[in-house]
Amino acid sequence: MPSVSMTVNGKAVTADVDSRTLLVQFLREHLRLTGTHVGCDTSQCGACLIHLNGIAVKSCTTLALQCEGATVLTIEGLAAPDGPLHPMQEAFRENHGLQCGFCTPGMVMSAVDMVNRKGNELDEHTIRQELDGNLCRCTGYHNIVKAIAAGAKAMKGSSPAA
Amino acid sequence: MSSKAASVETATGIGASVRRKEDFRFITGKGQYTDDISRPGETRALFVRSPHAHARIKKVDVDAASKMPGVLAVLAGAELATDKIGNLICGWMIHSKDGSPMKMSAHPAIASGKACYVGDPVAVVVAETMAAARDAAEKVQVDYEVLPAVTDPAKAQSQPAIHEVAPKNTIYQWHLGDAKAVDAAMKSAKHVTRLDIVNNRLVPNAMEPRVAIGDYDTGTQNFTLWNTSQNPHVARLVIAAFVGMAPEHKLRVIAPDVGGGFGSKIFIYPEEVVCLWASKKIGRPVKWTCDRSEAFLADAHGRDHVTHAEMAFGDDGKITGLKVKTIANLGAYMSTFSSSVPTYLYATLLSGQYDIPAIYCEVDAVYTNTVPVDAYRGAGRPEATFVVERLVEVGARELGIDPGDLRKKNFIKSFPHQTPVIMAYDAGDYLASLKKAMEIADVKGFGKRKRDSARLGKLRGIGYSTYIEACGIAPSQAVGSLGAGVGLWESAEVRVNPTGSVEVLTGCHSHGQGHETTFAQLVSERLGIPIDTVSIVHGDTDKVQFGMGTYGSRSGAVGMSAIVKALDKVEAKAKKVAAFMLEASEGDIEFKDGKFTVAGTDKSAAWGEVTLNAYVAHKFTGAQLEPGLKEGAFYDPTNFTFPAGCHICEVEIDPDTGHVDIAGWAAVDDFGTIINPMIVEGQVHGGVAQGVGQAMIENAIYDKEGQLVSGSFMDYAMPRAENFPTLKVGTTTTKCPSNPLGIKGCGEAGAIAAPAAVINAITDAIGTEDLAMPATAPAVWAAIRRAAKIQHAAE
Repeated sequence: MPSVSMTVNGKAVTADVDSRTLLVQFLREHLRLTGTHVGCDTSQCGACLIHLNGIAVKSCTTLALQCEGATVLTIEGLAAPDGPLHPMQEAFRENHGLQCGFCTPGMVMSAVDMVNRKGNELDEHTIRQELDGNLCRCTGYHNIVKAIAAGAKAMKGSSPAA
Repeated sequence: MSSKAASVETATGIGASVRRKEDFRFITGKGQYTDDISRPGETRALFVRSPHAHARIKKVDVDAASKMPGVLAVLAGAELATDKIGNLICGWMIHSKDGSPMKMSAHPAIASGKACYVGDPVAVVVAETMAAARDAAEKVQVDYEVLPAVTDPAKAQSQPAIHEVAPKNTIYQWHLGDAKAVDAAMKSAKHVTRLDIVNNRLVPNAMEPRVAIGDYDTGTQNFTLWNTSQNPHVARLVIAAFVGMAPEHKLRVIAPDVGGGFGSKIFIYPEEVVCLWASKKIGRPVKWTCDRSEAFLADAHGRDHVTHAEMAFGDDGKITGLKVKTIANLGAYMSTFSSSVPTYLYATLLSGQYDIPAIYCEVDAVYTNTVPVDAYRGAGRPEATFVVERLVEVGARELGIDPGDLRKKNFIKSFPHQTPVIMAYDAGDYLASLKKAMEIADVKGFGKRKRDSARLGKLRGIGYSTYIEACGIAPSQAVGSLGAGVGLWESAEVRVNPTGSVEVLTGCHSHGQGHETTFAQLVSERLGIPIDTVSIVHGDTDKVQFGMGTYGSRSGAVGMSAIVKALDKVEAKAKKVAAFMLEASEGDIEFKDGKFTVAGTDKSAAWGEVTLNAYVAHKFTGAQLEPGLKEGAFYDPTNFTFPAGCHICEVEIDPDTGHVDIAGWAAVDDFGTIINPMIVEGQVHGGVAQGVGQAMIENAIYDKEGQLVSGSFMDYAMPRAENFPTLKVGTTTTKCPSNPLGIKGCGEAGAIAAPAAVINAITDAIGTEDLAMPATAPAVWAAIRRAAKIQHAAE
């Protein structure tokens, strides 16, 4: 089996993987980082969204072997261990931007990427358009939109998540 | 921070928008969903499913697959029978109008003899890894003789029977109400509004796909099932008592964090049975994780009614009668509660919010070669609301009466109100919710907005839906008399620790509803203790003694009522302990804000002192009082609850493309007492989104061969953020008189109200009623063209 090395949430990891292993399987099954979820098999739902070299990527359509030498950030690495929550995480809690929680890690990672690309002042229209790649069945998106707008503002001044 | 925000944050009792206790683990990726659980020595299961909608299974050859690397077992339906694993069942008996019982076919967990829908499991591969299981599954050779498929429910009764037990594919021919009275009302009516309605078939699509882990312990001979269930105790009961996997006390079912359900995770599914069975056969844990595209073929679907309905009006616009004939598609087998959905959860709500003297409803339930159909958010009540609210709206248009005025004229205004279809509404104020919704929607300004749209070449419409639902399901004796195989009470156990912290064990199950917060709010308020000292335990049959789970918006009305009953007992016992501590008579002890006092004195004991004394038991003897502080209760409701309200949808349509933009949404609901407004609003948002999805984009489509055409997220349109405007949500309140907290329930309201509001708005805009759900852009465009042609021809 080929070997792959990458940095996940600031930690260097190396593993031998079956060449067809997806990045999401690598994260969930090899590293036991189960915060990244699988909600579909057609790259539609965004529950598996992570940051790969600082860019939002669906880990269900990325092979682990493609990520040789890459830097990966998952929901577990968004806030420092024992540190305060990331402003976007806090905004989701404060605005009731989640119900069952299954789409939430992907939503939060997508939202942080949105701020990284579009800045801290996000209007409702922009947020709704940008959420095209994330599905939620519980919230009707109403409070997710509110949470992202608030989280974006709260991220002002904080350094972009790697 | 403003003082208002501060007060919201510090209040933790009933009525406060407390931020959810469960959220920390979800926003940090530390939730524990079933797929996140990995058992030592775990193997993976993959189901080989029928690619044909209807086919005789002549042979299942597993030899080549069994020899593939990493394969532990390949099992087919015949072995299930050899091991005497019983069939899945439908737990609600419906009798036809001739008195005969419903025609329930055998439903084995793995098909043998015949496959009855695309997706029907025909074999399971158990292997060391998913990859090995996938490779082996390709080697399973199934010899099928393809049979003609029945896919259209409207034609099912004239096609060859799928199951011998059900001639003409008819499961039951049920009815409710007074046919003669309705016929008389139709004859003497000033006007009769007639509609043909298809309530489109939906795929629930909770974001977490289903998962099952079966784990057989060879030492204790105990089974454990981890599953994505809304009601783990009912799963255990069915798998023990009907499937016969193990006695109830030898089977533990754990439903940990569950990623949404919407009804689809109520049911007991084949995969859960097979994982348990296979685990015993191979002596290792067996895990099955459903793919999304597989879920389209494996999870029960919702709705799928074909209906003709007629509403009679008198001289003054009063509704004098309602006649409904529905064909309900139950799919290839009868799922767990399927029979109840188009009957007692449907026809009993056909009176809506209106005083209708005569109602008659006939329902034929049919088998088709499609995925089984069962309860999906609202379950029967969205279908009933759509029938009633479309008839009322179209009736108003035909009579030339304002739709708001026609509703007002017919609203039930005094309570209790006995409808002609079983239900006795206990409380409500339908005029109040309509008025408030009209204010929020700015109905007065609609004319101007319509003219503004017209100037831009756009069509604008407004649609009402004044819905009612029956929740808090339900009094056990009542549902028993209607055919339910279970009671629908709820249980609670309140365990007070020596240090005064509290665990509440509930038979409800939270899969997004926020019970860990709302239930704790009740305990915090009642005992006067910090919310952080209260934990809610649910979803494990080894911890919670029994419970009926969460569906039908029942957890507040029924589950929290059980907690109230248990808290009453805890308080009574704690007062006894306090009486010994304070050397007073039990009758003189008062309890308020977490403090026990002796009436008329300054003697007091804090909650924590009393709880500690209950356990150290130094102040009383065993003969005087049992030590400890733990009480349980079962609460059986005395009536259904009747949430109701008014949703108003405003749309703007581009006639050149048929694109519908939802320009505004006002929802005013009466849910009785609200524990946490933030959570309740969230439930309304989510329900509306699902209802709008049904009305505008979602559709499970089968072709003539029984292939599910919209069978993945590539083909089945799921609502996205850009489909919605900001929703305006308000409430009015009449308390439910039948439960101690006055709660009615809020989980399904949006999904029940929304479809009719959307279709009423679109048809108002385009000026034709000839429009079926989902009203996609092409469908709306075509409806506009058809109407123009008719008008042109008439001119």
